[in-house]
Amino acid sequence: MSDTTTPRGDWPLYEVFVRGKRGLNHVHVGSLHAADDRMALTHARDLYTRRNEGVSIWVVRSDLITASTREERDPFFDPSADKVYRHPTFYDIPDDVPHI
Amino acid sequence: MSDDHVYLSLAQGPDAGADEGDARWAFGTGFEDPLHGVDTAVPAGLDTAALAARCLALADDALVSAQRLTEWTTRAPELEEEVALANIALDLLGQARLLYARCGQTDGTGRGEDAYAYFRDAADFRNVRLAELPNGDFAFTIVRLLVLSSWRLAELQRLTASPDPVLAAVAAKGIKELAYHRQYAAEWALRLGDGTEESHRRMRAALDAVAPYLDELFAACDVREEVTAVLAQVTEAAGLPPLEGAALPGAGREGTHTAHLAPLLAELQSVARAHPEAAW
Amino acid sequence: MTTTESGAPPAPGGTGPADLQERFEATIARDQRVEPRDWMPDGYRRTLIRQIAQHAHSEIIGMQPEAAWITRAPSLRRKAILLAKVQDEAGHGLYLYSAAETLGVDRAELNDRLLEGRQKYSSIFNYPTLTFADVGVIGWFVDGAAICNQVPLCRSSYGPYARAMVRVCKEESFHQRQGYELLRTMTRGTKAQREMVQDAVNRWWWPSLMMFGPPDENSPNSAQSMAWKIKRHSNDELRQRFVDMTVPQAEALGVTLPDPELRWNEERGRYDFGTPDFDELVRVIKGEGPCNAERMERRRTAHEEGAWVREAAAAHAAKQASRSKRGMAA
Repeated sequence: MSDTTTPRGDWPLYEVFVRGKRGLNHVHVGSLHAADDRMALTHARDLYTRRNEGVSIWVVRSDLITASTREERDPFFDPSADKVYRHPTFYDIPDDVPHI
Repeated sequence: MSDDHVYLSLAQGPDAGADEGDARWAFGTGFEDPLHGVDTAVPAGLDTAALAARCLALADDALVSAQRLTEWTTRAPELEEEVALANIALDLLGQARLLYARCGQTDGTGRGEDAYAYFRDAADFRNVRLAELPNGDFAFTIVRLLVLSSWRLAELQRLTASPDPVLAAVAAKGIKELAYHRQYAAEWALRLGDGTEESHRRMRAALDAVAPYLDELFAACDVREEVTAVLAQVTEAAGLPPLEGAALPGAGREGTHTAHLAPLLAELQSVARAHPEAAW
Repeated sequence: MTTTESGAPPAPGGTGPADLQERFEATIARDQRVEPRDWMPDGYRRTLIRQIAQHAHSEIIGMQPEAAWITRAPSLRRKAILLAKVQDEAGHGLYLYSAAETLGVDRAELNDRLLEGRQKYSSIFNYPTLTFADVGVIGWFVDGAAICNQVPLCRSSYGPYARAMVRVCKEESFHQRQGYELLRTMTRGTKAQREMVQDAVNRWWWPSLMMFGPPDENSPNSAQSMAWKIKRHSNDELRQRFVDMTVPQAEALGVTLPDPELRWNEERGRYDFGTPDFDELVRVIKGEGPCNAERMERRRTAHEEGAWVREAAAAHAAKQASRSKRGMAA
């Protein structure tokens, strides 16, 4: 946390996620700077919901997010690409069978 | 080419389908009219002169406060605060407009909002003097906002029970806004009081500068006990002394103002008065 | 998004410089988005940082000419509209800084580059706003020109930039319309108001055409930016679109655009128009415009006078963090 006290008083970066309305996931909308979590939340409210966009906000310090690396992209995501049997359209069901 | 028409093309392109895009982007939808479904007829038996005076005073507080807040634009201590301060000013401006409109409906003149804002002189304004003082530094702006928003919130909470349905509706809308303004100011008061030696010193100076104007607020609306409790809670948490000081005689509600109101209004009214016949 | 990389070892195979370059080129060729954690050529990264930062600086400096009229707006409705608009510009600056930060540069550094004059902002904001009609004309011309420039950027090859632009463009369509609506109201008002509008149109027309940058033959970086799909259209093409879009709007308003060479060209199906004074553009970009010094001074003062506030908030956050650490240890 030492970077919150740089002599210039630069505030750390936060990522912002907004739930646009009930029934939707929170989506990443951008980032902002804030000195503390509470300020990040009010800044997110002021910056990213000026047009009635949100019903809920998450903020998280950018440096606390762990992300997959680009080197990991192939081993992470390619193996799921051929598992076509996970998708409902893989299965042929006669049209006259109801409710399926 | 998909961007020949500037607006339509926003919905086009490989990954910006209109519906999907809106959901993904959390764009705002729909706005509410705060007076939707409210009967604007003045109820029989109401003291309309008193109602009009109340609306006017509350509108003047809001307009003058908003004007001071807009002076921060392009001068705020950080870009995020530009956005935050403007939001607060917009809320207050919105309240002022509704209240002036109600004033015009109840004082028998039928005037519109701009007649009140642009074509009255300082002596006719009924805002409390604290609202008209110059912005000073960010500490002063925060202390003033903390005091004014706590006080106005307490008054509007009472006014949600007003016999006038319009004033009650404006108050109901306003308390949500004021609760946020108070929270914003309280959080900043905490940071500045507990921040650096310099910020602490500036907060003390701001408290001293605001204190003489407190009594005037409670003379206008007796919510002293609850507001004092809120302020004490904040100053204590921020490691600051309570707001105390000798009261300055006079009251903006009676038309007594500092020397700062007239220049504020001269600026606010300059274009409108230079073109009294114009439509904007 | 600026995040921490997981500590996993690099996966084997396909990560040599040639492979990376090839994968990058293929992404661009397929019109897919480049995302922050993808490999990208240094030149692409540098160009993007410069372009996005300049765009962000333009939003922030661009608040000033209009902000000068917020306190004097002649009706409460116009005051609210103008304040909301200028506030949006701060917001747009923040969206764009946020996009630039995904490229590994922080906002404080970009702000320093602006204040030291190492990064530029749009030349248009170095002209003064002399009457309230300027507010309307800025909305109509400057935001109109910005929309012409920005709408294609919603398809820019760099994902965070493109997404920021989608949001900016959505919000900015209100900016142009409020300007035009103000002018429409003013031209139907008093004679003095009509004269104010025409005067503002005369002053802002040529600087607005200059906003699109130098002519294509003098725009050295454009070709590479277009190949990388950072930019999607040339300066001259965008300028032409702006003129074609604006002339009928001027006619509807009943104002005259100050260009004797302006006329419809049947053959091209577009308007012919005169050449802006590009020497003036060069001078204004170099810092010799009417308001360069004033704009930078305001920005510098705000930043310097805000330092104690930012430091206090950081100091409070650090105290809180150490208090809660002590609390946990106890």
